[in-house]
Amino acid sequence: MNLIVFLKMVPDTVEELKIASDGKTLDPDWLRMKANENDEHAVEEAVILKEKYGGTVTLVTLDAPEVDEAIYTALAKGCDKAVKILGDWQNFTSPAIAEVFAKYLKENNLIDSKTLILTGSQATDDIEGELVYYLGEYLELPVYGVVTYVQYNENKNNILIRKEFSGGLRGEFEVELPAVLGIQAAENPPRYVPIAKIRAMMKSANIEELEFTQDFASKGIEIEKLYEPEVAGKAVMLEGNPEEIATKIVEILTDKGLI
Amino acid sequence: MNNSVIVLVEHLRGNIVDITYEMLGVGKKIAQHLNVPLLALVIGKDVSKLTPNLGLADSVLLLDDEKLEITPPQLTAKLVENVYKQKQASILLLACTNITAGVGPILARRLDLPFINFCKTFRFENGDLFLTSQLYGGKILSEVKLIDNKGIVGIYPGSFPLDAGKSDRTAPVEELEVPDFVPEPSFKKYIEPELGDIDITKENILVSVGRGIQNKDNIEIAEELAEAIGGAVSASRPVVDQGWLPLTRQVGKSGMIVKPKLYLALGISGAPEHQEGMKNSETILAINTDPKAPIFNIAHYGVVGDLFEIVPILTEKLKQRKG
Repeated sequence: MNLIVFLKMVPDTVEELKIASDGKTLDPDWLRMKANENDEHAVEEAVILKEKYGGTVTLVTLDAPEVDEAIYTALAKGCDKAVKILGDWQNFTSPAIAEVFAKYLKENNLIDSKTLILTGSQATDDIEGELVYYLGEYLELPVYGVVTYVQYNENKNNILIRKEFSGGLRGEFEVELPAVLGIQAAENPPRYVPIAKIRAMMKSANIEELEFTQDFASKGIEIEKLYEPEVAGKAVMLEGNPEEIATKIVEILTDKGLI
Repeated sequence: MNNSVIVLVEHLRGNIVDITYEMLGVGKKIAQHLNVPLLALVIGKDVSKLTPNLGLADSVLLLDDEKLEITPPQLTAKLVENVYKQKQASILLLACTNITAGVGPILARRLDLPFINFCKTFRFENGDLFLTSQLYGGKILSEVKLIDNKGIVGIYPGSFPLDAGKSDRTAPVEELEVPDFVPEPSFKKYIEPELGDIDITKENILVSVGRGIQNKDNIEIAEELAEAIGGAVSASRPVVDQGWLPLTRQVGKSGMIVKPKLYLALGISGAPEHQEGMKNSETILAINTDPKAPIFNIAHYGVVGDLFEIVPILTEKLKQRKG
């Protein structure tokens, strides 16, 4: 299989997020970037498929802070090749990024009959949030999202996929290749790679760097303003040392007749 | 043109999903403001029986066919696109759910319209519709103005009241012709949820763990608390994706919707997808190191602190209490 994975960097939401003085973007000085979690699952699924059915995995990313570490990690996990599209992509949202990826693939004739393109099912860093479907549309290929399982049938050159609905219910679909998939979770959790292996990759591996025009039709939606949600103030906050807090919790649960 | 507002009705296996009523309620208000009819579009197999529930709409549009049981997003989009053009619609509301995922972006691209996903609230100002979406795991809200009041809006489940979308009246139904382009279904079958050792939807007390539990070995801390308190352990998505707990323990959008008497959220940030599955719990107590974790917005009791320091003491106290 010709497996191509798109990975993008997103702000780590575990960190504090500060809104910039324009009121419309996040202050980049406060951001710690990390690979979009669903995209990491897409990397894992691609490597699993390569191990099962053979082929190569090409990782494609946009230039962003910390992206090199994400790339070397993906290479250490089993991606064969990495491409970084240079430029300042910070304010580009899903439709525009999808257009960039699609142009790259088309202009370089990278899609053949055995191509499966994988990326994360969603990201929470822009209003459109679902890059994978824009990508399917730009490439004019079948696209399915919220995928948690992929099986390749070499004779028919198609894939059987499972998509999540809700309440644990899933559905099975049969899809011709080439196709585009949004991965929600890989068949197995993303594998752990030791730091030493990632460091070795940094020394030996080569990231292909690519210049690219930024003149695109779709720039995404203009945001009027960003703001932090008002804390509902509903929660009674318990304070003290761990001992005191544990005592308070027991009191509350007793009062409410829960224990 | 600006001649209607359309709600794409969400249903699964012969039942209307609650988000449909949320969308109808929102759609009605927007339609009234724009002074246009509200249309409810139902696409599926054997869906004509659903129409009596859609009385809030001014009319119901039905695309009912064997081949339409579960349609992939590009096909759904193509069907909706036809209707959108035919009815000269301005705003299309659809559900921000796994079932409908993808239809919004595909339509936005094909109709050259903006797509605003994750929508939580809306307001009109000087005739313009402003929509608020939650981003970054619920930590930041963004407001967008819908230019010319035209676009596709993904409504986040649990954001609007259900009652506002229900009505006793019956709406006229228009059966639409199923277009020739509908192919043989790619949908093959459903895969039922696995039955676990424990049904978390039936537990009175859930000790739920999130990313903050850090690794598989630490799950034991939650197990011990669950045993002392008489509950079961559940989890948010990252914990299940890491393989630390089985899928049957997952609370949230793709997992289970739970409503226990007590929900203890340990190291769970409370992303919207998780809140969807537990926010109606009777009592929610959250422990998290991040004071800005969205879980505190819906918790009844909150502790900004380290679960590894607090939980073992709590477990010990509960054990002593039991004697």
